Amino acid sequence: MGLLSKKDTNLILDPLADNNPITIQVLGICSALAITAELEASIVMSISVLFVLGVGNVVISLLRNIIPSKIRIIVQLVVVAALVIIVDLVLKAFAYELSKTLSVFVGLIITNCIIMGRFEAFALGNNPWRSFLDGIGNALGYAAILIIVGFFRELLGSGTLLGIPVLGDPIEKTGLYSIGYENNGFMLLSPMALIVVGIIIWIQRSRNKALIEDH
Amino acid sequence: MEHVELFFKSIFIDNMVFATFLGMCSYLAVSKKVSTAVGLGAAVIFVLAITVPLNWLLDQYILQEGALKWLGPEYASYDLSFLSFIMFIATIATMVQLVEIIVEKFSPSLYNSLGIFLPLIAVNCAILGGSLFMQSREIASLGLALNYGVSSGIGWFLAILAIAAIREKIRYSNVPAPLRGLGITFIITGLMAIGFMSFGGMLTGGDEEAKDTTETVLVKDIEEAVTSTGVEQSSEEIKELANNTKTIIEE
Repeated sequence: MGLLSKKDTNLILDPLADNNPITIQVLGICSALAITAELEASIVMSISVLFVLGVGNVVISLLRNIIPSKIRIIVQLVVVAALVIIVDLVLKAFAYELSKTLSVFVGLIITNCIIMGRFEAFALGNNPWRSFLDGIGNALGYAAILIIVGFFRELLGSGTLLGIPVLGDPIEKTGLYSIGYENNGFMLLSPMALIVVGIIIWIQRSRNKALIEDH
Repeated sequence: MEHVELFFKSIFIDNMVFATFLGMCSYLAVSKKVSTAVGLGAAVIFVLAITVPLNWLLDQYILQEGALKWLGPEYASYDLSFLSFIMFIATIATMVQLVEIIVEKFSPSLYNSLGIFLPLIAVNCAILGGSLFMQSREIASLGLALNYGVSSGIGWFLAILAIAAIREKIRYSNVPAPLRGLGITFIITGLMAIGFMSFGGMLTGGDEEAKDTTETVLVKDIEEAVTSTGVEQSSEEIKELANNTKTIIEE
């Protein structure tokens, strides 16, 4: 990577594992759980957050010397709200069915703690290029968790991936269904998302002992 | 009756934390002690009770399609709903700031105990989520909006109280090291969400009577349809046809 220095590449790679916004920083959980019943919804939500976080980080970083400290939360909220309105309208125009599935959670990107968290922690103190990389990195970390959860929930819950049946046909009893396998419908319900993320945290912390909490 | 139904529905069936996962970040971060959880929960109820009716008024008289007709008939076709996000979040941020100033002036002890939570609530997704769900479910009146705000706040309060109590107790349990803290909280919340799903049957009484009447009407319709074509069939065949159709429709 000749374009990016080592520090810059770390900005993108750290949030993918050791500084993951969802499992380590505990941010952005709401949408990670609610819409991951389908892989397609997870992917679209990840792209939306990538756009909002990337562009938002750059804008806030460009404005960082002009924003008075007392009203910075309001300025951040206005910037994020404007970007989310754009995302919402684009989704309604080009992917109407999906925007119905995502319903209010596109709007809730505004209060997605990752975005406000990264604005406060990074964009307000760094130059636009590094803020952009930080935004991309955190959005990719968020996307990784969303896609893993969405993958397992859709695969085990309805036997499909992105709407395509991959385990066979449940009505015709072909593929895996012919030996008696049944879809675990429970995976499509919200509580299982919490438990899947709990298991991901378990695996992550078993591999990296430094992340274990004291109690 | 509508009010009572909405009240219980918002607390148990559409619980903000267990059904739609709103406000999870502060829920997970603040639930280590019961006393702080109670403070945050009370603040959330308070802010929801103020912002949901206010946003309902905003939606009703400015943002909805055709809402501006009180200004004049030429404004009746305006649809400003694309501005909902920005207007709602602006209202919420303003109201939270106002509440903070008032609480600081009139009750310094309450202000001190709430501490950092009050400004943090402005970006809590539960608050914006409450207003957005109020809009998407098309809550019909101001009283119902207030009811919805208070009851969803109470639902959130119950959830954070429960998880804080449980987390205090499991400090003395042998949780596997990688699961300690965040991991076990996720799993416990998932189990609590499964528990709350049991409330799903709470407000659906009366549906069974409706189902029976449609079945009998269906059987009679089929019999009439078959006999009216003039084809002679024994009554047993008609009954079998009706029953088969019924089982197919039930499946």
